[in-house]
Amino acid sequence: MLWTYTKTASFYLLVAVIVFVSVFPFYYAILTSFKSGTALFEINYLPTHFTLDNYIAVLTTGVFVRNLGNSILVATSVVVLALFLAVTAAFALARVSFRGRGLLLMTILAVSMFPQIAVLAGLFELVRAFGLFNTPFALIFSYTIFTLPFTVWVLTTFMRDLPVEIEEAAIVDGASPWVIISKVFMPLMWPALVTTGLLAFIAAWNEFLFALTFTSSNQTRTVPVAIALLSGASQYEIPWGRIMAASVIVTVPLVVLVLIFQRKIVQGLTAGGVKG
Amino acid sequence: MASTQSTIRIVPTGHAKRARSELMRQRLRAAGWFLVPMLVALAIVAGWPLLRTIYFSFTNASLTNLYGAELIGFKNYLNWTVLKSGRVIWSGLLADPVWWNAVWNTVRFSVISVTLETILGTVVALVLNAEFKGRGIVRAAILIPWAIPTIVSARMWGWMLNDQFGIINDVLLMFGLIDHKIAWTASSDTAMIAVLIVDVWKTTPFMALLILAGLQMVPRDIYEAAAIDGVHPVKTFWRVTLPLVRPALMVAVIFRLLDAMRIFDLIYVLTPNSSQTKTISVLARENLIDFDKFAYGSAQSTMLFLIIALMTILYIWLGKVRFDGGDR
Repeated sequence: MLWTYTKTASFYLLVAVIVFVSVFPFYYAILTSFKSGTALFEINYLPTHFTLDNYIAVLTTGVFVRNLGNSILVATSVVVLALFLAVTAAFALARVSFRGRGLLLMTILAVSMFPQIAVLAGLFELVRAFGLFNTPFALIFSYTIFTLPFTVWVLTTFMRDLPVEIEEAAIVDGASPWVIISKVFMPLMWPALVTTGLLAFIAAWNEFLFALTFTSSNQTRTVPVAIALLSGASQYEIPWGRIMAASVIVTVPLVVLVLIFQRKIVQGLTAGGVKG
Repeated sequence: MASTQSTIRIVPTGHAKRARSELMRQRLRAAGWFLVPMLVALAIVAGWPLLRTIYFSFTNASLTNLYGAELIGFKNYLNWTVLKSGRVIWSGLLADPVWWNAVWNTVRFSVISVTLETILGTVVALVLNAEFKGRGIVRAAILIPWAIPTIVSARMWGWMLNDQFGIINDVLLMFGLIDHKIAWTASSDTAMIAVLIVDVWKTTPFMALLILAGLQMVPRDIYEAAAIDGVHPVKTFWRVTLPLVRPALMVAVIFRLLDAMRIFDLIYVLTPNSSQTKTISVLARENLIDFDKFAYGSAQSTMLFLIIALMTILYIWLGKVRFDGGDR
């Protein structure tokens, strides 16, 4: 009896530790973002101060709002582009049997394994040659390298599981492959599209290396780079309050989205991973 | 698996033969057209830049002089000059201690972080696989570190690990685990530990979810059978659960390992300029962009690509992974 109680208690203790460790850093960032002045340098575990100074400073001084706009523009365009290219490709890869299909899928998976740094030099040259340097288009263009293989891969797994009878019925009715995709499969694909789109959006929203390299002015930066480079008057005066406020601003929408779509996201992640 | 029936098999039999093969041809043609845009896009953003990077690694290109570069063979990789005195001076990547330091950091970081993430991820996955009240809350909670952008987590932890005002030092002092404040990110002894802490915190959820997916494929009756036979739960884990989830576990580990090998953003932001944590990606970008040694940086990038490619090929070869879902 006692043993059972100890077992249950230690299990719930483990659960509590997992939840605490997962949530605490973000909680602490929120706590810090509401402090300013000397309060910032007192260590508190519970909320003691409340001021919006940091948020006001981040949103009114500097170009952070502009950076937010850049991030939204880049991430949205990347998602639309990737999904558009991936849906048709996934149909071909999932529903049509042709020679070399396995090899092709393997190549696509291999591209998603590319270390970004390996293409940095070549992309840098391309971006400059196309005259895209220091514009959002440089990022929309270059982010395709990690969003496209991923969306193709996940959508292929999803499409494979759609029942073959639906497609057969459509073929009997004389539907062309394009009609099958747009009229028959698309309505069934919405959940998958939302999931992959969301995952691609998060990837693009968080990307750092390309954003750091292909943009060079404050106005064209995306949010991660802006937060990484946010600094005070001197090197030793890091504006922690404002950094935390900016961090909270860019993270809250993501956390909310993730929590709303958590089931879908877990499915999407595992489709991209386990089935590989 | 469902995928074995997902493609329509057109078996040409009897009088319908001609019509069906026409249909098949139409499908194949359509498939070709559907694939072309994606393949062209990938060729432009991945294939061509990769070839250019490799090309640059054999030249003396610099940021300001990309096109006037000359081919210099393997000199960026390894080169030697014989002095009058007969002494041989080696130069190039393979003779550069800074490069080997970065390789060591990358390997050290990848192996330790992936090991810790696998162990902790398995623990979290086992917890989530149990049925208890509030499971949904735990799953939501562990998604939070995953959802937070890497740069933001680097900054958040940078603040928590701050030497003067950081909460981590405060807690450790309070429990008497340390006797003075530690400059986690700046000190050369602890910089790597700081990076590992943040990476493990951020990535364990992903591991846990992948392992959980594997666990959920294990039929429940196997556990019941083991319990009826009076097998101890720990033994059940090692003898039943682990062998069954091993395929899923291996895929998760290799994905993470390849991802860890290319780490850049966390280290760039959390411990800038620390030689203890500088990985290949960080070093290569420094040479490419900041130091104006474009060709040398390209050589380092190419080496990282080769290392990762080799690992992938080895894995596919050893693991005999099938990529098309099994209907060839």
